[in-house]
Amino acid sequence: MTLAITDELLARHKLSRAEYADILRILGREPNLVELGIFSVMWSEHCSYKSSKIHLKKFPTTAPWVVCGPGENAGVVDIGDGLVAVFKMESHNHPSFIEPYQGAATGVGGILRDVFTMGARPVALLDALRFGDPKAPRMRHLVSGVVAGIGGYGNCVGVPTVGGECTFHPAYDGNILVNVMCVGIARADRVFYARAAGVGNPVVYIGAKTGRDGIHGATMASAEFSEADTSLRPTVQVGDPFTEKLLIEACLELMETGAIVAIQDMGAAGLTSSSFEMAARGGTGIELDLDAVPLREAGMTAYEIMLSESQERMLLVAAAGREEEAFRICRKWGLDAAVVGRVTDTGRMVIRHKGEIVADLPVAPVSGASPVYDRPVAPLPRPVPLVAEAIRAPLDPPQALLRLLSSPDLSSKRWIFEQYDWLVGCDTVVPPGLGAAVVRVHGTKKALALTTDCTPRYCAADPRVGGMQAVAEAWRNLVAVGARPLAITDCLNFGNPERPPIMAQLVAAIEGMAEACRALDFPVVSGNVSLYNETDGRAILPTPQVGGLGLIEDVDRLVRLDAARAGDRLVLVGECTGWLGASLFLREILGREEGAPPPVDLALERRNGEFVARQIARGAVRACQDLSDGGLAVGAAELCLASGVGGSLAPPFASSEACGWWFGEDQGRYLLAVPPDRLGELLAAAAAEGVLAREVGSLGGDALTLGGHPPISLEAMRQAREGWFAAWMNETSGAEG
Amino acid sequence: MRAAVVTFPGSNCDRDLVVAMEACFGKPVVRVWHADHELPPVDLVGLPGGFSWGDYLRCGAIAARAPIMAAIRRHAERGGYLLGICNGFQILTEAGLLPGALVRNAGLRFVCRPLRLAVANRNSAFTSAYGEGPVTIPVAHHDGNYVIDREGLARLEGEGRIAFRYLDNPNGSVADIAGVLDARGRILGMMPHPERAVDPRLGSEDGKPLFASLLAAIGG
Repeated sequence: MTLAITDELLARHKLSRAEYADILRILGREPNLVELGIFSVMWSEHCSYKSSKIHLKKFPTTAPWVVCGPGENAGVVDIGDGLVAVFKMESHNHPSFIEPYQGAATGVGGILRDVFTMGARPVALLDALRFGDPKAPRMRHLVSGVVAGIGGYGNCVGVPTVGGECTFHPAYDGNILVNVMCVGIARADRVFYARAAGVGNPVVYIGAKTGRDGIHGATMASAEFSEADTSLRPTVQVGDPFTEKLLIEACLELMETGAIVAIQDMGAAGLTSSSFEMAARGGTGIELDLDAVPLREAGMTAYEIMLSESQERMLLVAAAGREEEAFRICRKWGLDAAVVGRVTDTGRMVIRHKGEIVADLPVAPVSGASPVYDRPVAPLPRPVPLVAEAIRAPLDPPQALLRLLSSPDLSSKRWIFEQYDWLVGCDTVVPPGLGAAVVRVHGTKKALALTTDCTPRYCAADPRVGGMQAVAEAWRNLVAVGARPLAITDCLNFGNPERPPIMAQLVAAIEGMAEACRALDFPVVSGNVSLYNETDGRAILPTPQVGGLGLIEDVDRLVRLDAARAGDRLVLVGECTGWLGASLFLREILGREEGAPPPVDLALERRNGEFVARQIARGAVRACQDLSDGGLAVGAAELCLASGVGGSLAPPFASSEACGWWFGEDQGRYLLAVPPDRLGELLAAAAAEGVLAREVGSLGGDALTLGGHPPISLEAMRQAREGWFAAWMNETSGAEG
Repeated sequence: MRAAVVTFPGSNCDRDLVVAMEACFGKPVVRVWHADHELPPVDLVGLPGGFSWGDYLRCGAIAARAPIMAAIRRHAERGGYLLGICNGFQILTEAGLLPGALVRNAGLRFVCRPLRLAVANRNSAFTSAYGEGPVTIPVAHHDGNYVIDREGLARLEGEGRIAFRYLDNPNGSVADIAGVLDARGRILGMMPHPERAVDPRLGSEDGKPLFASLLAAIGG
């Protein structure tokens, strides 16, 4: 087949002339169309990380408890008792904007496969969602579609969706973010890796048939959007969670037999990336026979079969002679299975279709020698610190608190999480809406604490500090339920990396995250990069999303936000400088988005966190709230609402300015509810360890009092917090489509 | 007490039901596959929640025609006990073993939350261990809106066959019905998940009396 390599053809495959020159050098000849398609997806930003690779190396990825860091399908950490936790987060931003239900649903499906591919039973899902201005066109449609899609998929496969985030900002009007995290549990001696080995071993395809859906999805995920792109709907895949559930059960059963050598899900770039990745990691080659691939429709070309992103498919290498065991289990679960190839020692991917060789490519260069770019960065604008005088607004703290509680970002996300089955599995011991979620390790006394965190407005003001803060907040959230933070996964959502100001954000955020990970012994074990999150040249806020995992040794010793009681004393741990730069208060109450974000002092973060962890371990803490958006007042309100008890907080200390005292977002802080008989020893311990801890109030009654201001009833706070979301969803939509 | 739990393709509360039954009965529970044609000798069969056959066609419609259902029908005819929870309830109505049908929630959305229920009949084999007053048991479903014709409803009401009613109806069910019994009181279908309410760490132990009632009715 001769192919005219035109600029237009390369542009459609999102390959540059320089990249094409590399292809010619690697092959020593011109590629055919199938081969060009393979290079296109394998070298896409989505699959090759070509813009971020050199910077991702800055992350610390090891610790004594890390079993497997980045590079496999998901990260693996040791949780003792011969068990490991397997977890990863991934984005499905572009598809979800085009078709919110299927985009989000298939995002869930993909991340589930990344986890059970490694031999782990998925036990929890979390979703970090970023939407645009609630008043923007389509926004209700996007929110309800994404939530229904996540629920539709996760509920059906029977994996509880236990937590996440949902915030709003106009920067996401044309490019929402849907980041999904999955956590699974496996036996430490039964972790599966995707390394094709054993020359002659059969390559087996199982799961759904291959159709024409999602062709070039990986390439789409690596390009900017324009408004016209909603016409890309045919490239969004359609999910079938029922088949996924069967695949989970069949794969886990197959893995029990010992008949499997390697296994890999067909995610982005489908059969292409799964076969190349398995061969590359195994240092082997594969011969594929596309005539054996189960197809959904007749007449599919080799190009379409190789690039299809049909969902719910797995590729595995079986031990020679044991194919029948795989087939028997697939039959039991009603799944298609077919031998589609063999492992070879040639280091080449040889693909046959209708009696002809349609592609013959060296595995290592296609998979491993993808271009790597050190893209130029522009100097980052230096955030201008907020001048204290500029925020001496006339302030009524109770009114400001109620407005903050009813703001889209802080409002209760009950409307969302009640559409998710967060309880299936009967191990969700801390449900959604109370900080980090906690899921028991089935059949043991242990539990995993799980959280997702990122504060995009901090990252926009100062990506480096924002990156640090995202990691620190995840760490803090885990500490606050009594967990030992183990590791993170991440999803780095940014704009177009070919623009130096955007690249600068990415690099700074990674460096900030890496510094925090090192300081907190909280390594990165898996992750995903989502670039080109722009529409018509407008980029999203930099959003380096973090997913944190921590271990609770004894589930009966965890600390819940809803466990505080009347009579408990409130203790504030950490410094309070009244930092209002880039705060939610500034944005929601004063309508200003400016200033530097609160500095993150990692040594202090660690010292305060370790103090709180020790106090929790000693049983001196009944409930613990880490302070973040909205500061002390919002933290206290959330604690009171969760526990169903009022409280009163002391007026600002002499040195503090009122707005900053109540609503400042200084980092490294916790609000503890402490039984009165434990207060003295706790404060003494803090003094002895050089940790700043002060009694700032107590709990009781049915209203929250901020200093000398009139009390705010729990009911008023509850209505403020619970009201916004449902009211917004129920508004008559007017002209909105 | 000899109990079994059936797994259909797409069942996802089967393990949870086995765990809850074993904890409450103090005995191992047999697991049965949908394609089996015979049940082991058991007193009680549990049909678990989930999305059998992906809820395709109608919730429970395909599972109601699974090979095992003939054996389950014979079990019911012999007077054996049957407990269908959530998708299991849907399967029982689709199989004609319980009257009425479960359609899409009135709010059109999936709903997962702990709910307060009234135990409307405290004399059945499934509810005798309940005391007075409301209980809290979670629901998680998209199609839990119970419908039945007027005559059928009158019969259920008149014969005391409404086992549970919602105190805060989440799905539009007629007469707030959350669970119904068959005419002999040997079959219970309910949308709430009692197996999710047997461990105080999950927020409620109000599912326990249901299993205790069965243990008392059937014997150790």
